[in-house]
Amino acid sequence: MSDVEEAITRAHHEEWARVLAALTRRFGDLDIAEEAAAEAFATAVERWPADGVPPNPGAWLTTTAVRKAIDRIRRENKRDDKHKEAQMVYDSDPPEPLGAIDDDRLRLIFTCCHPALAMEARLALTLRMVGGLTVPEIARAFLVQETAMGQRITRAKAKIKAARIPYRMPSAQDLPARVTGVLAVLFLVFNEGYLATGPDTDAVRHDLTAEAIRLTRLIRALLPDDGEVAGLLALMLLIEARRTARVSASGELVALDEQDRGAWDATLITEGHRLVRERLAVAAAGVAPGRYQILAAINAVHTSARDVRDTDWSQVLALYDQLVRLDPSPVIALNRAIAVAELDGPEVALAAVNRLEHRLAGYHAYHATRADLLRRLGQSQQSRAAYDKAIELAGNTAETAYLTRRRDQLR
Amino acid sequence: MQYLVSVIDDKSNPGSTDRQPAISAFNERLIADGYWVFAGGLADTDAATVIDNRGEQAVLSDGPFVESKEYLAGVWVWEAPDLDVALKLATEASKVCDRKIEVRPFQ
Repeated sequence: MSDVEEAITRAHHEEWARVLAALTRRFGDLDIAEEAAAEAFATAVERWPADGVPPNPGAWLTTTAVRKAIDRIRRENKRDDKHKEAQMVYDSDPPEPLGAIDDDRLRLIFTCCHPALAMEARLALTLRMVGGLTVPEIARAFLVQETAMGQRITRAKAKIKAARIPYRMPSAQDLPARVTGVLAVLFLVFNEGYLATGPDTDAVRHDLTAEAIRLTRLIRALLPDDGEVAGLLALMLLIEARRTARVSASGELVALDEQDRGAWDATLITEGHRLVRERLAVAAAGVAPGRYQILAAINAVHTSARDVRDTDWSQVLALYDQLVRLDPSPVIALNRAIAVAELDGPEVALAAVNRLEHRLAGYHAYHATRADLLRRLGQSQQSRAAYDKAIELAGNTAETAYLTRRRDQLR
Repeated sequence: MQYLVSVIDDKSNPGSTDRQPAISAFNERLIADGYWVFAGGLADTDAATVIDNRGEQAVLSDGPFVESKEYLAGVWVWEAPDLDVALKLATEASKVCDRKIEVRPFQ
């Protein structure tokens, strides 16, 4: 990559949300902001190789985008013979104080993750407006036709406009719930990357995990005191650190207990552990941690063990007990049972897992966990049946390969 | 911005019938805070008549335009600055009416 190309890529990562957010505030219209931002970046691609990279790429992009937006408003208003109105929009706007631009990015995030939008619309809109991914990129990420993804984003923008979903920070009273909503969107993006559901996609979609981490870092920079934001970032980092060890050379999923721990990313683990320690200090002062902080702490225990045999399972179980009190979902109970198996043996764990059947019968991990426990108890025939069911339900190629090998190793 | 706020009841699982005093109190608050534009409870869907005069002759039919378990039991029109304000009020309205609420903006 040439220096200029690199500068453009960096500017796209660092400035897209800023440019789009500033324009949305100025023109009060997501459509105009999106189109103008895209045009400004296209102009950069055209001009920077010849003219050189401007000293302040962000300011250059914002100024260019503002001009593009005004051009468009003028064009449209000329048709309507409302030229003067556009002029007023341009002339009356005061120069922006620098600090307020960051708030604009938060406003943008909260608008894109508004609870009145369907979850899939929130995901798509956040990746487009805040992440700067193109519609074809988002369509590929979610295995949807480009036209369908384009329509999904257009419909969401139309609803924001028609129903007047506001472009502002939620009230202090609503903020925790709204932040939780934003984090849910980012965690879904991350999970889709970490365990891609499509049979023909890569097992781990680094583009999506990286994007989710990048956006969570952004929120962390904007809301540095929010414990759950720190928790989610730590959780993502500690999972991402194991990414390369998680799929074998032959494309098979490698379970945590079989991973080459030397291949884990030490830098990400260090950063994740630092965040977890930071939150532990706050928890020690009496602030109860939320679910992402507890999940991060569980992953910190795993990533602290140089060998799987060194894992502090009683610590893991204590954290799951804390998590169950906060979130009584059956998936959490299933993961808790895995820690129980290590401490109290597979028989006790199997009894706990079996109690979840009516709620998790359609979930591949339920059957995979049962299969493993039955295998450890020497009940090969039942284990094989559970593996069959897990393979039937698993959507990820690497996971199917792993489950198939484990089944075929049964005697 | 005006929103049509529909109160949705369910024939197979109707909301409680003792809500009128609470609804009246809520209406008074809506008026005092400047959100209230219009409100009205509706008679049973059996009392509805559909007229179709798109063809040569007007055709009248008895009953609502669509038969469904869920039906419109009443409406409000609110004036609110944005959807967040309308949704907050609607959250209260749902408790007050003991029924589901749909919020839909006017064009």
